[in-house]
Amino acid sequence: MNRSLRPLVATALIFAIAYALAVMQFPSMFSTRVLGNFLTDNAFLGIAAVGMTFVILSGGIDLSVGAVIGFTGVLVAVLISWLGLHPLLAFAIAIIVAGAFGAIMGLAIHYLQVPAFIVTLAGMFLARGGASVITRDSVPINHEFYAWISDLTIRLSGGGRLSVIGLTMVAIFIIGALLAHRTKFGSYVYALGGNPVSASLMGVPVARTTVAIYALSSILAAISGIVFSLYTSAGYPLAAVGVELDAISAVVIGGTLLTGGYGFVLGTFIGVMLLGLVQTYIIFDGTLSSWWTKIVIGILLFLFIVLQRLIFVASAPGEKTSKA
Amino acid sequence: MIRRSLLKLANPQLLALIGVLLINWLLFPNFFRVTWQDGRFFGSLIDVLNRGAPVAILAVGMVGVIATKGVDLSVGAVMAVAGAVAATMVVAGYPAPIAVVAALVVGLLCGLWNGILVAILDIQPIIATLVLMVAGRGIAQLITEGFIVTFTDPVLIYIGTGSFLGFPMAAVIALVLMIIVTLVVRRTAIGLFIEAVGVNRAAASLAGIRSRMLLLLVYSLSGLCAAIAGIIVAGDIRGADANNAGLWLELDAILAVVIGGTSLLGGRFSVPLAVVGALIIQAMNTGILVSGFPPEFNLIVKAGLIFIVLVIQSPLASRLAPPRIKPVAKAAAK
Repeated sequence: MNRSLRPLVATALIFAIAYALAVMQFPSMFSTRVLGNFLTDNAFLGIAAVGMTFVILSGGIDLSVGAVIGFTGVLVAVLISWLGLHPLLAFAIAIIVAGAFGAIMGLAIHYLQVPAFIVTLAGMFLARGGASVITRDSVPINHEFYAWISDLTIRLSGGGRLSVIGLTMVAIFIIGALLAHRTKFGSYVYALGGNPVSASLMGVPVARTTVAIYALSSILAAISGIVFSLYTSAGYPLAAVGVELDAISAVVIGGTLLTGGYGFVLGTFIGVMLLGLVQTYIIFDGTLSSWWTKIVIGILLFLFIVLQRLIFVASAPGEKTSKA
Repeated sequence: MIRRSLLKLANPQLLALIGVLLINWLLFPNFFRVTWQDGRFFGSLIDVLNRGAPVAILAVGMVGVIATKGVDLSVGAVMAVAGAVAATMVVAGYPAPIAVVAALVVGLLCGLWNGILVAILDIQPIIATLVLMVAGRGIAQLITEGFIVTFTDPVLIYIGTGSFLGFPMAAVIALVLMIIVTLVVRRTAIGLFIEAVGVNRAAASLAGIRSRMLLLLVYSLSGLCAAIAGIIVAGDIRGADANNAGLWLELDAILAVVIGGTSLLGGRFSVPLAVVGALIIQAMNTGILVSGFPPEFNLIVKAGLIFIVLVIQSPLASRLAPPRIKPVAKAAAK
């Protein structure tokens, strides 16, 4: 088997085993209804995690994702409910604003030569603060477009339904996978994550790529915020607090190497589904408190990080001596 | 000699602190009024010291970590864990000193865990500490069984809200901790070793520095400081809130350290200036509160502050305004 596919296979296997165990305990978990809800309930996390995958592939990190989701939700809600714009126009404005926001972070990271986490930390403060300054309350959205989209579902046999937002996530994962593995931009991202110096010597436009990566991450976070507003029919400045951590966890569990340069967009999909499985299992069980979710995610995160170390130390024995 | 130490005082961080305090004074004329009441000082200035203490304590621990080119994202969660341990133990009937020691030990172990991930397993610090950041609050809730554990133990409450010689206990603890850590790193070679590891870990190891030991030490110290801050916060509200204790304080602590001039790329750090950074943040918080702005402005002001500091620290700025001691800076950059 191709060695580079090992982490992806490991993640998929763990998901399959975990799901099989869960189904053995609760047979009703194996239904189209649960699977459909898997997609719907994790749509916003999945979309944000696609952006995070690109950022981590390039060797960076984006802590502003959750705040951008919250900000977009508020912006869209205010544009629709207070200013009376059509939702599609509001979506376009939100995506443009977020894209500019991400591009500015990318510019700062590249030209100020500072670690990505501190720039995106400032971005997180700015987006969260901006959302809270616009409004401190939850802004409800009552628009026929929202009602129409919520009703628009594909019914499956067995009572399951595929919602628009669930399908949006799947579509974005497919587009993300094509972008990462089949385009020039994708190769630039991998090259940058592998080694920025050699990437720039090989002629990768480092500045342009860095800006594009962070703009992409913010745009996907904005789409995620739009999906979140469709999901909750409201905009709230403190929505999606900590989603950046869930997204990072999903990317890591999905087998993407944290040092950059190696990983799969589809792995992130499995990572998101695994996080969703943990949550669904805890809901099904009923006796476990919700804080077990955090502990289990922490343990999974730890296991996969150690697994990555072991696989890469085993596959590249020369690397260890040069690093230690 | 005296002139030199005076010059040393006139660094940007202290000037910024004075500037923020002056702005506060303009917005709120009573800002500098300190009164003596019930055997302790009262006033906005004292409030800045008191409220700034937890972040200052976190910053003391965070400085060492950032100086080794690392970062500790778990301190907020460790605060929650330590507070939960102390509160649950006193409620269960253990004497307060034992509960405090137990909480400190737990904090130390959390830090040691981070250190093992970073030093032995060679995991990037931001991710290694992310594990505990995610799982830590769950663990804290496991300890408190999902409740906010309230207590009436006088010793714990004294640590959080008491006063020593008229000054808030939290500020006194922060000051003592700052002095101890500063003396340890600056009067011994440890500070130099930390800087060496931060600049180039491989080279430091080859030069004979036991970098693994050193990393374990700085992460353990960060965990210990987080535990101290956690006990103070728990004592302050007379309860352990696993969800909200220390929430986002890791970011404030990182910000305080960065404002204090410690380089995020490792190799340059100052413990007292990080504490000054924490005070600057708190002075801004208090200023925004007393002048009647909504507290959300805080986040935007903080974002602006990070940006200014980054621009000042960046190579772009040093190209525009060359530093006075150029050869040294160049050698350090290489």
